[in-house]
Amino acid sequence: MSYHLTVNGTATEVAVPGMRRLLDVLREDLGLTGSKEGCGEGECGACTVLIDGAVAVSCLVPVCQVDAAVITTVEGLATPTTGLSSLQQAFLETGGAQCGICTPGMLLSGQAFLDSGAEPTDDAIREAIAGNLCRCTGYTKIVEAVALAAGRRDETGA
Amino acid sequence: MTIAARPGRAVGAPLRREGPAKLTGTALYTDDLVFPGGWYGTTIRSTEPRARLVAIDLDPAFDWSRVAVVTADDIPGDNVVASIAADQPILVPVGGEIRHQAEPVALLAAADRETLREARLRVRLRTEALPPVFDPLASTVEFARYDLAKGDVDAGLASADLVVQGTYRVGHQEQLYIENNAMIAVPRAGGGVIVHGSLQCPYYVHKALKRGLRIGSEQAQVVQAETGGGFGGKEEYPSMIGLHAALLALRTQRPVRMIYDRHEDLAATTKRHPAIVTHRTGVMRDGRVVAQDIDLVLDGGAYTTLTPVVLSRATIHAGGPYDIPNVRIRGRAVMTNTPPNGAFRGFGAPQSEFAAETQLNRVAEAIGMSPLDVRRRNVYRLGGITPTQQVLRGGVAGEEVLERAAEASEFDRVRVRTAESRGRRSPRDRTARGIGLALAWHGAGFTGSGEAKMGSVVSVELSGDGVVRILTASTEMGQGTKTIFPQLVAAELGLPIEAVEMAPQDTALVPDSGPTVASRTAMVVGGMTIQAARRLREAVEGRTGRPFATSYRDDAADHGATRIDQAFEPYPGVGFDDATYTGDAYPAFGWAAAVAEVEVDLDTFEVAVRSIVAVDDVGRVIHPVLCEGQVEGGTLQAVGYATIEEIKLLDGRYLNDRLQTYLIPTALDAPRIETILVESPFAGVPHGAKGVGELPMDVGAPAVVAAIHDATGAWIHDLPATPERIMAALVGIDPPGPPGISTVSPRRAADGDTER
Repeated sequence: MSYHLTVNGTATEVAVPGMRRLLDVLREDLGLTGSKEGCGEGECGACTVLIDGAVAVSCLVPVCQVDAAVITTVEGLATPTTGLSSLQQAFLETGGAQCGICTPGMLLSGQAFLDSGAEPTDDAIREAIAGNLCRCTGYTKIVEAVALAAGRRDETGA
Repeated sequence: MTIAARPGRAVGAPLRREGPAKLTGTALYTDDLVFPGGWYGTTIRSTEPRARLVAIDLDPAFDWSRVAVVTADDIPGDNVVASIAADQPILVPVGGEIRHQAEPVALLAAADRETLREARLRVRLRTEALPPVFDPLASTVEFARYDLAKGDVDAGLASADLVVQGTYRVGHQEQLYIENNAMIAVPRAGGGVIVHGSLQCPYYVHKALKRGLRIGSEQAQVVQAETGGGFGGKEEYPSMIGLHAALLALRTQRPVRMIYDRHEDLAATTKRHPAIVTHRTGVMRDGRVVAQDIDLVLDGGAYTTLTPVVLSRATIHAGGPYDIPNVRIRGRAVMTNTPPNGAFRGFGAPQSEFAAETQLNRVAEAIGMSPLDVRRRNVYRLGGITPTQQVLRGGVAGEEVLERAAEASEFDRVRVRTAESRGRRSPRDRTARGIGLALAWHGAGFTGSGEAKMGSVVSVELSGDGVVRILTASTEMGQGTKTIFPQLVAAELGLPIEAVEMAPQDTALVPDSGPTVASRTAMVVGGMTIQAARRLREAVEGRTGRPFATSYRDDAADHGATRIDQAFEPYPGVGFDDATYTGDAYPAFGWAAAVAEVEVDLDTFEVAVRSIVAVDDVGRVIHPVLCEGQVEGGTLQAVGYATIEEIKLLDGRYLNDRLQTYLIPTALDAPRIETILVESPFAGVPHGAKGVGELPMDVGAPAVVAAIHDATGAWIHDLPATPERIMAALVGIDPPGPPGISTVSPRRAADGDTER
């Protein structure tokens, strides 16, 4: 079978079995290794991507379910022209990334939260990233990073 | 105490050097590396806790021509994973003894995962069961033993107004780095292998490859990939996986990928040692502790691994940060038929200091003194003498971290409030709040003569084309090594941090700077890096007569490359005698205090840790953001240890060996953490840093357990303080079994083949 995906703005066609995990399609068929596998059972969130703007763990999604969908991975957040996204820049400044293995998934959950326009309270941010495990940071600086990016968004109206 | 020069001090903290790569998904972790033509490898493991391996049967109906099979017979060198003792095999040989569940017995590789999965099912291990030992107190095999004595304990106990006794037990804890263990071996053109992997200690793997494969130093090349967390869990086991990948690569003459999934990583790799600690404490009515009699048993699991060194640290820290005149500590580590335990942040100290702090809180309660005052009364001060007869000559900050934590958390005021609400509690109340305090010390760097024996080297070079580069085997795994080392060198040379490069952690390029463990990177290796940079500066300035920063490019052009190799030089006045086990156990100590506030659900007995004030004396802060990050992360690992992280065992096998069943705290479970950094420097290194990684791990758990007591009135002696244990303590029913000790299945018990 062949499936049509738009990944980070680029239309792509992959000819793979329908039950192949989206994570494997991204990492092995498309060479986008930014999405990580930490458990393979949807617990750790390291493989988090956005599917049509919604947060999903790509290790639990067979590719047949995302035919014609728009996928965003960590590789789609920064661009050569604009550089790091506002959220990536905030992670860099606050120290939100340590070993970096949870970071791609964490960024996408954080980005979905920012895109939702929700009020960036401490509780709301923690709720938004509760599906992403981090063993390095104690989450403190990740929450700070999301709040910082939200604050800048609200200041600039961007 | 202050030191005049502060070369390690950052003016403005730079951004994490490899941050952009990690944030854009371009940082390459082991499983992200592509090697065309590579095969996949897998490990066939034991499914019994103890047995004689009679045969490895390959199903003759299966087409084995597509699969590479490696057994112990195929190992060219010694069938030993090089470590402290030579007892752990790379693969159990036929005729040999299986000593634990999930022990490696054979290796398979194939071109695709399907073939490999099918082949796995066609291998059968024939065994004869042997009786396993699960209870460390029943074990007759001792890996190590240490006895410490100061003063006269029996006389001290006899003179005390009150003697308090208690036994504390802690179970396994999994490091749970989010990146599982992973190694890829590639055959080298000139013989031997290159191993790329997720690891803390390139030269440990290097040493293991040389011995197991019988190859020379150049033929064994180890390259660290980006590493997604370690916490001690990637200190020793990568040697085993690296050997496995290398054996398959040499057999197939292809790259072979050994990428563990979470289940295999949890089932087979090392954990924090379970411990049983018994205290007898003699105390006077005025709060002076006059005697400590401590007995400590660590469960090492099936092989020696790093256990003797873990025990050494556990024993030395077992009394806590208190100057007690009469102390006896007896520590021993024993074998059980469970997977080997190893390094995990804190390295024995979190176990023994949980016991020490909980015991001291019970002592304070027994004499009607506040937990804060009993610590003020007994904490080490300058000139204090430890149980190894070490005189604390500088950098003693126990009092300071204690007072800062009490002040920032308003400990006394909150404690009055929680006591009032406890007094007014009615059956209609659904929750209870409490506050708890803990204090700890943590020896900086290796224990005893470890550092002197290691003989580490760091190099700083000025290349012929004018680039300043640091060459070190110290790895980055989240702590920020690649940021702080360039900071230290840039400050010494008067350069912007961007002008200083870090060479990759590749044994073909960098010298052996020792392992990235024991919180030694910032203090020990950082200090050597500054020394090397200083010598480079002096050499260049000697030639050019101008400051380094304005003359080094000219010097490189005129004079060519200059490389300084800096070997570790023992710190003046620091000495330890291994034979008598006395002297300076550590060059310096870090000090930590934590105050935790918890809310206990009185229906479910679940504990929510609301906040933690963490005060840590790190000697000198090199990078405030990275340093706080270490404290916050370590604090949350300690909260997990205190409340939810527990491994259950059946017949020596870990039962909750998946991420659906082994739980760690999420962002919603995590307390609000306030970090206060204290600087009480170590004078033996130019920058004064004492390390930070392990320090916060020692105090979190006892602070949380003290807060649970403040909320409920129940003392929890066994970690983790699960709802079941809290309910048992409050309602008076039988508690769940002790943590860390395997239960025995009815079938096995009926066979009578278990010594207990």
